[in-house]
Amino acid sequence: MSALDVQQLTKTYKGGFQALKGIDLEVEEGDFFALLGPNGAGKSTFIGIISSLVNKTSGRVRVFGHDLDANPEAVKSCIGLVPQEFNFNLFLPVFEVVLNQAGYYGIPRQEARVRAERYLRQLDLWDRRDQEMRKLSGGMKRRLMIARALVHQPRLLILDEPTAGVDIEIRRSMWSFLRDLNAEGTTIILTTHYLEEAESLCRNIAIINHGRIAERTSIAALLNKLHTETFVLNLKGRVSELPELGGFVLQYLDDCTLEVEMNRDHTINGLFDALSRNGIEVISLRNKQNRLERLFLEMVDGRLVAEGGQA
Amino acid sequence: MSAGRHRWIRYWVTFQTILTKEILRFSRIWVQTVLPSVITTTLYFVIFGRLIGDRIGTMDGFAYLDFIVPGLVLMGVITNSYANVVSSFYSSKFSRYIEELLVSPAPDWVILAGYVSGGVARGLVVGAAVISVALVFTDLHVHSLGIMFLICLMTATLFSLGGFINAVYANSFDDISIVPTFVLTPLTYLGGVFYSIELLPDFWQGVSMVNPVLYMVNAFRYGLLGVSDIPIGAAFGMILVFIVVLAAYSLRLLRRGVGVKS
Ligand SMILES: Nc1ncnc2c1ncn2[C@@H]1O[C@H](COP(=O)(O)OP(=O)(O)OP(=O)(O)O)[C@@H](O)[C@H]1O
Ligand SMILES: [Mg+2]
Repeated sequence: MSALDVQQLTKTYKGGFQALKGIDLEVEEGDFFALLGPNGAGKSTFIGIISSLVNKTSGRVRVFGHDLDANPEAVKSCIGLVPQEFNFNLFLPVFEVVLNQAGYYGIPRQEARVRAERYLRQLDLWDRRDQEMRKLSGGMKRRLMIARALVHQPRLLILDEPTAGVDIEIRRSMWSFLRDLNAEGTTIILTTHYLEEAESLCRNIAIINHGRIAERTSIAALLNKLHTETFVLNLKGRVSELPELGGFVLQYLDDCTLEVEMNRDHTINGLFDALSRNGIEVISLRNKQNRLERLFLEMVDGRLVAEGGQA
Repeated sequence: MSAGRHRWIRYWVTFQTILTKEILRFSRIWVQTVLPSVITTTLYFVIFGRLIGDRIGTMDGFAYLDFIVPGLVLMGVITNSYANVVSSFYSSKFSRYIEELLVSPAPDWVILAGYVSGGVARGLVVGAAVISVALVFTDLHVHSLGIMFLICLMTATLFSLGGFINAVYANSFDDISIVPTFVLTPLTYLGGVFYSIELLPDFWQGVSMVNPVLYMVNAFRYGLLGVSDIPIGAAFGMILVFIVVLAAYSLRLLRRGVGVKS
């Protein structure tokens, strides 16, 4: 069954701006799905419609087979939402925020307490349970939004930029938390501007741009689209003369740093063989740029399409 | 357990959660929510009841102090039930935590019932407080406790609904004080809180008859003192009609997401 099935979804805001121009998207149950796109692409609008915060203009939304128009209560019960912007009553204590949310979903108080404690502990907020919301840091509020979204144990968790403004350590722990959650069967859809995050967490992605789906594919297939890779090599000692290596384009960044652009037909083994033959020793290497990032920029610019759909 | 029964339990839990949250909200800030009405009415009792009242003599056959008690109680009920819903719901819109409810499967009518009951709770708490203050100044012989309570309840419901509608349309904190200042206060003062409309010329008596607050004050006065300028049945009917109309309108606003969904 698909966790999410969206057909011909459009949204025109008051004032006439068309934020979504006919979105078709299906997300399988159990998937870990990334929704990428530049600022203003329509990601939050899309998520807002699915989670009943924004009225759609036309189109159809189904969540685990329930139609949003025909059975909104069933749809809402399936979804947990972590919105992009904080939406808390800042004068309530942390624990009460989670308890109230559980109550809104109809979870009896006693059960709600058990669950609130479990998720607050898991997200490292239990010590803060009696503190007023406004005393939490931004990263803590982000984590609390996750705890709050999970308290009714949704089958589909939707996170709109969950790691914006979160430090590296907590980001990593959030990632492993989300991975575990997904492994236990929760379908997850997230938007992010950190492509490393999408690459490390998600199996499938959609790129949304100007209110349309520009690409819907798996991360693996997407990475395959890259036909060249660029590496930066740190060399041991200076090299005076750039050798000619067939299939590799070399360029000095400085005396000890070499940039190599490599066609996908070639291998790194081949590169090192050729370098060794020319007496060049390499200390370390790295990808010049997150590969997904480059691809993303190409897609958003429409260049990849212009190249004739190199897929 | 059947699915249908499950659902009703869920609704009940949701309703309780909203109501509890609302009661906690106004209790935590009772100095801003409950105390002001108590102070104001105490002043009214002292000034109009004691100092000036003695010179006025009787109204409808009652000591002036006794005559104004029902009106002052209802004034507290009206302002507080309205204020509670308008500021609570507007804040939840302003800080966006209304989204917590919008994403949840709570039906619109449960959300409305929760907020309105919160307003009613505050209205009744203040009403009870004002009656307690009144007991300090005068001996009350209650004519019908049932009518008194029912009128309080219905009045609080009606004005909670009014506060809700105001909050839905409000776009700033200023917008939530306009109606209380320019509509509620004149309506209550002209609703026969301080005088019997018998004192008015015929024309103004007629005008007063379209003021819903007049019916509430008189019905409440009947409950307390056993006298009224207007028939009690008409008062109940009138309030009920207003409640039904405003509730239907509120539900329509919620269903369309006016003011809360883009
Ligand atoms: N309430 C609104 N009224 C009018 N236009 C809106 C409203 N909300 C969003 N928009 C417009 O719709 C477009 C899509 O906005 P949206 O928030 O969905 O983008 P996004 O992809 O989430 O961007 P970001 O990455 O910055 O969060 C933008 O051009 C935005 O200005
Ligand atoms: Mg967004």
